[in-house]
Amino acid sequence: MSMTEQRVSYTLDSTLETVDSAEEKASRIATELGFAEDEVMQISMAVREGAVNAVLHGNAYAPDKKVTLAFERTPEELIITIRDQGKGMDLSKIPNPLAPENLLKTSGRGIFLMRSFMDTVEIRPSQTGTEIKLIKRVHGPTEGGKEASQ
Amino acid sequence: MSMKISSRQVDGVTIVDCSGRITLGEGSVVLRDTVRDLLSKGNKKIILNLADVNYIDSSGIGELVSAFTTTKNQGGELKLLNLTKKVNDLLQITKLYTVFDVKDDEATAVKSFK
Repeated sequence: MSMTEQRVSYTLDSTLETVDSAEEKASRIATELGFAEDEVMQISMAVREGAVNAVLHGNAYAPDKKVTLAFERTPEELIITIRDQGKGMDLSKIPNPLAPENLLKTSGRGIFLMRSFMDTVEIRPSQTGTEIKLIKRVHGPTEGGKEASQ
Repeated sequence: MSMKISSRQVDGVTIVDCSGRITLGEGSVVLRDTVRDLLSKGNKKIILNLADVNYIDSSGIGELVSAFTTTKNQGGELKLLNLTKKVNDLLQITKLYTVFDVKDDEATAVKSFK
């Protein structure tokens, strides 16, 4: 996404390659937009987790189902939307991975990591798929006094 | 960069030197197969040296937990060595730092099994 473009989107297959590709795209775009190195890592990791969720849990690797990945830049935020075509996630069934009884579970940390790394995470399940919106403010929550870089 | 693993023995302890990424797919499978192979051969004192692991995703974290519990369930012990800052931070926010025995010195890690 160039500095002049406000939005770019991709339609991707439900494969492991898509997970790596989504992460790489996020890393490249976040870097181009001037996010700090640690923020780039956080954004790319959150996108990776969102893509894993879409490919595995949403579309279940189905070859006829696609993952849509979109990046949108506003003056204040980078907004990333990941949409699958699965049956829709049941948010009530997502356990708290920090609960003592869940600490040794081998899965269930993806959404937690997204929430840890992004400023806002919105998850909208429906019968035609789940949409995850990941938002990172251009400035960190404690850096309100800095001038915009562009 | 994909995951690379090599194992060596030090005073009866198996040190598994890992490098690259422990992520969904190949990286996680390589780690899982390595630990299972070690356990099947009776190597139950295991150190995962993560000094050169620059990236772990939630699947990789799950694989570390699986390696830990599988080893423990077979009467063994698995410890982590030389975490990078990124991996250390991940274990902190997931509270797994309290679960794993994490060392930052190989000799100390090896001795801690005795």
